[in-house]
Amino acid sequence: MIALLSSALAQADEWVSPAIDWHAIAPELILVIGINLVLLIDLNIGESKKWTMATLSGFVVLAAFIPVITLGLELDGVPREMFDGRYVIDEYALVLKAFFLLVAYVIILISQNELEEGGYYQGEFYVLMLCSVLGMVMMTSSRDLVSIFVSLELLSIPAYMMAAWRKRSSVSNEAGVKYYLLGVFASAIMLFGMSYLYGITGTTKLVDIGAQLTNGDLNGLAVVGIAFVLVGFAFKVSAVPFHTWAPDTYEGAPTPVTAFLSVASKAAGFVALVTLVYTAFPGASDVYGPMIWVMAALTMTVGNVLALRQSNIVRMLAYSSVSQGGFILMPLAFAGDPNASGSALNAVVVYLLVYAFMNLGAFAVVIAVSRKTNSGEISSFGGLFNYAPGMAVAMTVFMASLAGIPPLGGWFAKFNAFKAVLDAGNTPAYVLACIAAVNTVISAAYYFKVLRTVWVDDAPDGNTAPINPPQPIVAALAITVIGTIVVGVYPRLVAGFGELSDLAGALGG
Amino acid sequence: MLAANFLLLAAVLFCIGVFGVIARRNAVMVLMSIELVLNSVNLNLIAFALMNDDVDGQVFALFVIGIAAAEVGVGLAMVLLIYRNRRSISLDELSELKG
Repeated sequence: MIALLSSALAQADEWVSPAIDWHAIAPELILVIGINLVLLIDLNIGESKKWTMATLSGFVVLAAFIPVITLGLELDGVPREMFDGRYVIDEYALVLKAFFLLVAYVIILISQNELEEGGYYQGEFYVLMLCSVLGMVMMTSSRDLVSIFVSLELLSIPAYMMAAWRKRSSVSNEAGVKYYLLGVFASAIMLFGMSYLYGITGTTKLVDIGAQLTNGDLNGLAVVGIAFVLVGFAFKVSAVPFHTWAPDTYEGAPTPVTAFLSVASKAAGFVALVTLVYTAFPGASDVYGPMIWVMAALTMTVGNVLALRQSNIVRMLAYSSVSQGGFILMPLAFAGDPNASGSALNAVVVYLLVYAFMNLGAFAVVIAVSRKTNSGEISSFGGLFNYAPGMAVAMTVFMASLAGIPPLGGWFAKFNAFKAVLDAGNTPAYVLACIAAVNTVISAAYYFKVLRTVWVDDAPDGNTAPINPPQPIVAALAITVIGTIVVGVYPRLVAGFGELSDLAGALGG
Repeated sequence: MLAANFLLLAAVLFCIGVFGVIARRNAVMVLMSIELVLNSVNLNLIAFALMNDDVDGQVFALFVIGIAAAEVGVGLAMVLLIYRNRRSISLDELSELKG
């Protein structure tokens, strides 16, 4: 040990600081500066002006968008690497950075009024949310076990606090504690897996790990390491059987936070999973393939069956999001198959994008309507078409898209996921595709139950005063409706994201 | 070999920690069990760093220690929160949300 340390110290004088590509990390830097700005300004303004924090946070997110775009224009297919290829800005990372920033912007729009009216620590909320977004933006570029772990915690720890945001509500506390305990436990298990991966390969860089893990040549420690790391992320994406926290947390947390957790935090889990599967475990498909297969099949089935019997809309959306997670997971089971590898990556990224639009939209409608009805029951949506036809149409778009009706975005996402699975073309793939097809039909049942309430039933309390959704929510609805429809009608817009074959290439180099 | 003993100890600690998380119903005890798991990770990382003869594992362990501290800070704050609202930190009583 002493020898090791002294040899490390002996090298110390030769150490030169690594070259930092400031342009490449500009989105992260802008977020860091923005977080500090929001924090400091929030400290020094009066209670009556706290609402400006939402606007400021919105500008921070939009400012972080600018370098993402300039990087995209400059990239030209050549990924920019930093720290010996441990932090990579390639097309895959940029598309997902833009995705997370967009989601953050929509979340700011839909949480603004809820926070203002509830008087819940507005400045602190945006600071924590931006920290979490920073973690997600970092996750897209992380190509090293340490940085993946740090980004995961950076995005999770603020999310735990946001789930328990309503300090005096025992339901919100319960949501936060359940999320926290299971989340920390899952990341501890994931770390244990990572420590084995490090031990076997002697490196924390994903590409180097990937070079050493090959099918048929894996020892017990490697299998345990891979399995534990997958379990850690399965929790994050609420895959069955690690989903038990999700419905409770989603129901108990304030609704905008639920939207954030079910879209952004889940997507971040998928991003980490994709990065690991494609760069660290490309040769270990015998281990992760069957595991993800089983989890995907269970996730979509259990999520759907439990969603069928929910009467609370948020809880139903929670189970629906569990089941949608199964569909996103499905193509990943075949990421190791040479025929399906490219289309699986495409399917996951496109599904994440579309899922974000339709799920955020559904939550925006729920928030707007429950401002009037003060209820989370599905029955409280009765008569919505009579007094708020715009909301009813928006809800129809989101529910139909979640169910996968053409020509909406959800249909295109599901189509892609099926295509990737069928590209693999072996028996497990056909079986999984059949399970998914049955589940698509089951899911239509509960999505259409909501639509029937919206269009056919009468308002339960006879109150048909029109609702006036606040401007930010209208803007969020506009973004999500347009996104959902455009992706469905003109899929070529996002289909190109799938030509991210350079993910594997860029990382291999 | 020396490192193998450390790995064995870490595996035992990991199992005790996982058992604690599953079996204990007191929130603080669960937090302590999670700490056990995290420390078994640190032990693993250090032992592997010794075996592989590089410092990456030690650096990783420092990150784990730092972030574990942040996690426990948030965790204890939440335990305090439920204690204020319910006068109890038993996880069994957290059952308002189900279905």
